[in-house]
Amino acid sequence: MNPFGFELLDSKRIDYEKSDTRLLNKVLEKEPSFKRCLSCGECTATCTAGSLTNFNIRKINLMLRHGQTEGLEKEISKCMLCGKCFLVCPRDINLRNVIMLIKKGVLKYNTEKKKI
Amino acid sequence: MKQIVTIGGGIAGMESSITLAQRGYDVTIIEKDKNTGGKMNEWNVLFPNERPATEITDYLYKKTNNKNIHILTGTSIVKSTKSLTGGYSLMTDKNKKLHADAVLISTGFEPFDASKKEEYGYSIYENVITSVDLENMLRKGQPILTSKGEKPKRIAFIHCVGSRDAKCGNKYCSRVCCVTGIKQAIECSRQLPDSEMFCFYLDIRMFGLEWEKLYQRAQEEYNVQFIRGRMSEACENQDESLIVKAEDTLSGLPLKMKVDLIVLLVGITPGKGTSNMASIFSLEREENGFLQIDDPHFGKNYSSKKGIFLTGTCVGPMTVDETLENARSAAVEIDHYLTKKSIL
Amino acid sequence: MDIPFFAWPFLLGIIFIIVFFIVISIIWFTGLSGIDRVRIRRNIFTVKTLQATYEVFRESLIHRKMYKKNPVLGYMHMSFAFGWFLLIVVGHIEAAVSYHTLNFPFWKSIFFRYAETNPPVTFQAKALSAATDFLLIYIFSGIFLAIYKRFNSKAFGMKKTTHLKAGDRIALLGLWLIFPSRYVCESITAGIYHNGSFFTQPTGNFLASFFPLQSMELASWWVYSLSLGVFFFALPVSRYMHIPVEILLIFVRKYGVQLKKHVNGYTRIQTFACSRCGVCLDSCQMLKADINNSQSVYFLKQIRGKKLNDEQLFNCLLCGRCQKDCPVGLDLNDLRITQRIESTKNYNSKYDYLKGGVSPHADVVYFTGCMTHLTPSIKKAMLNILDYAHINYWFMDKDEAPCCGRPLMQAGQYEAAKKLIKNNTEKILSSGAKTLLVSCPICYQIFKEDYELPGVKVMHHSEYLLNLVNQGLIPAIKLPINAVYHDPCTLGRGSHIYEPPRELLKNYLSLIPMKQEKEDALCCGGSLGNIKIEMNERKQIRDDVLNTFKSYNPDQIITACPLCKKTFAMGTNIEIHDLAEVVWKGISRKKHLDNKSREVEQIKVI
Repeated sequence: MNPFGFELLDSKRIDYEKSDTRLLNKVLEKEPSFKRCLSCGECTATCTAGSLTNFNIRKINLMLRHGQTEGLEKEISKCMLCGKCFLVCPRDINLRNVIMLIKKGVLKYNTEKKKI
Repeated sequence: MKQIVTIGGGIAGMESSITLAQRGYDVTIIEKDKNTGGKMNEWNVLFPNERPATEITDYLYKKTNNKNIHILTGTSIVKSTKSLTGGYSLMTDKNKKLHADAVLISTGFEPFDASKKEEYGYSIYENVITSVDLENMLRKGQPILTSKGEKPKRIAFIHCVGSRDAKCGNKYCSRVCCVTGIKQAIECSRQLPDSEMFCFYLDIRMFGLEWEKLYQRAQEEYNVQFIRGRMSEACENQDESLIVKAEDTLSGLPLKMKVDLIVLLVGITPGKGTSNMASIFSLEREENGFLQIDDPHFGKNYSSKKGIFLTGTCVGPMTVDETLENARSAAVEIDHYLTKKSIL
Repeated sequence: MDIPFFAWPFLLGIIFIIVFFIVISIIWFTGLSGIDRVRIRRNIFTVKTLQATYEVFRESLIHRKMYKKNPVLGYMHMSFAFGWFLLIVVGHIEAAVSYHTLNFPFWKSIFFRYAETNPPVTFQAKALSAATDFLLIYIFSGIFLAIYKRFNSKAFGMKKTTHLKAGDRIALLGLWLIFPSRYVCESITAGIYHNGSFFTQPTGNFLASFFPLQSMELASWWVYSLSLGVFFFALPVSRYMHIPVEILLIFVRKYGVQLKKHVNGYTRIQTFACSRCGVCLDSCQMLKADINNSQSVYFLKQIRGKKLNDEQLFNCLLCGRCQKDCPVGLDLNDLRITQRIESTKNYNSKYDYLKGGVSPHADVVYFTGCMTHLTPSIKKAMLNILDYAHINYWFMDKDEAPCCGRPLMQAGQYEAAKKLIKNNTEKILSSGAKTLLVSCPICYQIFKEDYELPGVKVMHHSEYLLNLVNQGLIPAIKLPINAVYHDPCTLGRGSHIYEPPRELLKNYLSLIPMKQEKEDALCCGGSLGNIKIEMNERKQIRDDVLNTFKSYNPDQIITACPLCKKTFAMGTNIEIHDLAEVVWKGISRKKHLDNKSREVEQIKVI
């Protein structure tokens, strides 16, 4: 995988005007503890799936909060719901519920990037 | 002459007693350990300029050698009743009675017990130590070695252990650990110039005037490297070296690193002495367990009870210079109180 | 046919309910899986039918299990069920004795006092009449308790009572009217014809002195028959459907029918057999955290009303306490998991990234589980013990390895969990090991129930270490510790392993027995089965459990589950240790003592 994106693509800059916060709002409504995330990375560091494949739960949560939901459906399908992230979170966020809400939400909201 | 009893013979208790004695009061310091000086006896050098801790304690020992200051060690207060003449009647565990026109509580702190965060491996893996352990080693002049007696080629310093962590029951920031960690990383790098130092941090809180400079020096002169991400767990290899599992949040990738030594930068928590005095004097405690001060701007040394004053880390995390300032201000407040010149 | 008009509401009602019940039973029977239908056919003409009949008598009538949990509640239910049953039986005997034949019109036994206005003469007739009156009083005591419970459930030792729907209210009205109205109409008839007994006769006489009983008699029997009719017609839309369904459930269960992981006829039988008695509310620890809308009784009600809601469906610890106490013996945990599977069946979970691999050969595969990586003291102790006993083991999930799959399954993602199961199964089988050793009960339960590992024995570390002690491969030595042992939900109620941990621990320390232990043990609150509960609510449950431990003043609290250990450790300063740590401590102490005595020996020689 290429973390630098040296291929000729559109800029990967986050454009807040294009953010789609429908799924985020739904998740925050049902699980308000999600607002507390300070991006410490303990969840990703301990993640069982994260040690086997390219899966970063903190990044997924962060992208969701920016309203960047492209590719979310494929990414969230990798979680094994083992619960380690929830056990280490220093802000007591109910992470497994966040993940389940995302898994449910992607069925409802079309999260693919809109073609300009 | 008005009498004051100071409970706790650490630097806060001693400095405030010195100021009180200078103003003509008779002060008795009660200390549960064999020696006064508290945690200062364990530290090696202080940030930001690496001043030896012994300079502080020597100064305080000299100044408390005063006819108005009586020091009782190896004892503690077990009972307190309101005295009819105002003030308090105290009884020690050796059945000694003391009268206090004002009581000053300076029972200090305890470092966070890192074995409570089990996944970090403290007291399970030999090569996981805390910043307190490391400071003790440096003070005793012991060389920094792994459990196998070799020089560690890579040391990881983990920030925020027992602080800002709802799972440990402590949601607050302990203030002093970031700068302690960088100071210790510099000291280790000086002793082991060929070894690598890594700081795993969440935020670098270098709020003192000289401190940001220390951070920069650590990076430039001592090759200390910084990775933003909180360690989730440590694992042990067959040869007792360790693996740190963290995420490098700035690049967004999980990270695995083999290190020879892990130093946990533990936070400040309310100690047993503080909770004992809280129940003996029926003092209110704030939500983290420290003693509740009356007002953060105008009553930092006032407790919830009249005539009982608070100073030092029993009210919350403080640096050494903040503690000494706070101790002097407690003495001034007690003076106002006893001469009825209080502004409150 | 000279059936009086007033008897028709009752007759229509009972015909309706019998036909309804037969039809629904056929529908459910066809909704069973093939193998379950075979099981029924094979067992229906065996002694199992007699056993089931006995169980119906013991549980549906006498309510023995409910009585043991809550005597007053048990008495109340028994008075209705057993009392009414006896009334019907005694009524039939009365009619048979009176008409000297078993061939009498059915309505005459139900409305006997109306049909037979001659006062009882023979001893048998008088005795049967008195028995009927006595049973009426017996049922009245139950009605009184039931009404009182509606208003003051705390007096019953029940913290909450179940809410009622419209259908429940109508049926309840009918039910509570039946016996008082019977009392009234029999008393009126007794006042006219003097055919009552010690309860109805004095009442009748009393009424006769105030009211014109002749003109009231027919109306009073109408009321009785109508209340019966209303009850029977309202039965299918009320909780009282449980009366016939519970009986059906007992038989079907006895024949060996099992719940599947998808909704089928048996699921529906279990759902309708719930009597909404409310015992499951009392057992649920979530009440301590003020969560009172997702317990089993409400969950089953929601299935029937087709109003299932994720917030409540997933807000259950799956600890099994309600299941243990349920007087009807419903498989509450499995019912809930089945619904969760329904609810999440469209979630996609792909595990294509799972890799195969070459497994090294070993006698024992040690799978420590995800949670144990966060409690490394357990991991280290187990590895030390295995090395000390020179066991040839393979530490399967030392580095990267997938989860066992049970948390995924508890969240309803059963199909997804199968992928994890497949990947792990291949690795375990290809190692050629004969034993799969796990130190986490959560892993243990799924390995035992949902994995197919032919030739491999799955053992929890409590059983395995006990074996090692019994075989003399590791030493036992008593340490000066008084401890309480906490039964993890998954190991105890889930897998029925209560004794091996205790036998193992008794070799190393002194165990303090607790009042709430084994089947009755409390849940630590850390369960992964609950997805919705907040952390501070879990802490309330945890602190409550820790308080009960503290009341025994233990030196240490011993657990057999890494999740329990992690949950408790954050709430108290008392030392919490896993079984493995205790064993290793014992072994280390023995090694230390042996070394010392060897040194003493060497000095003696010199």
